[in-house]
Amino acid sequence: MVEILYFAWLRDRLGRSGETLLLSGDEAPSVRDIMDGLRRRGAAYEEIFGEGAGPIRCAVNQEFAALDSPVRAGDELAFFPPVTGG
Amino acid sequence: MQVDIRIQEETFSVDAEIARLAGAGLDVGGIGLFMGLVRGDAGLAALALEHYPGMTESMIGRIVAQAGTRFDLLACTVIHRVGRLPVGAPIVLVLCAAAHRGAALDATGFVIDWLKTQAPFWKREEYPSGEAKWVAARESDEAAAARWDAGGPAEA
Repeated sequence: MVEILYFAWLRDRLGRSGETLLLSGDEAPSVRDIMDGLRRRGAAYEEIFGEGAGPIRCAVNQEFAALDSPVRAGDELAFFPPVTGG
Repeated sequence: MQVDIRIQEETFSVDAEIARLAGAGLDVGGIGLFMGLVRGDAGLAALALEHYPGMTESMIGRIVAQAGTRFDLLACTVIHRVGRLPVGAPIVLVLCAAAHRGAALDATGFVIDWLKTQAPFWKREEYPSGEAKWVAARESDEAAAARWDAGGPAEA
């Protein structure tokens, strides 16, 4: 299982702050693969992960990650907009 | 280096935080300070700040550790507030204590510049009409942080 977290406008648009994705032990899709899968669900997912949506950043296990980073069972994957603190 | 990183809803006392660094017996010669406030642009009523618990603390910890090594800091305190903050409220406090002013001031700029681009916080603007919108990241913030990679004032 992969714990997916959404922050800021992504969470608002989806109406949820996270969800669990089932992943079998030997699978290691990239972040991009997972985004593609989510986008194909349509509706708000299509809005968020589709072309023309705002820029999105991701983190795997609380480290900034690239789109080709592998994701494995037990990982925490977060999607969020570019940060605006300070 | 004495490090204190806090993410909290409540406000902070600048006096108390300075006293904590000055009185720690670290032979501090100077303390650099940055405090960010909620700016009342375009009739803004308040900012709502959220963050990614866990990642926020670890990213700030990494930035502070880098600053500590690069500027030979004796102590660093970073306090960042979350939740709903009205116009004029303090958002963030960075204190960097060193033996001399140059290191203290440069380290303070380094920490706040990197915090703005690397620490997972997000601001939502709230207006009196009830309208709310998420703040977009600014390229100027990326540029401010990047100048430290190109050799900041400390290396000039």
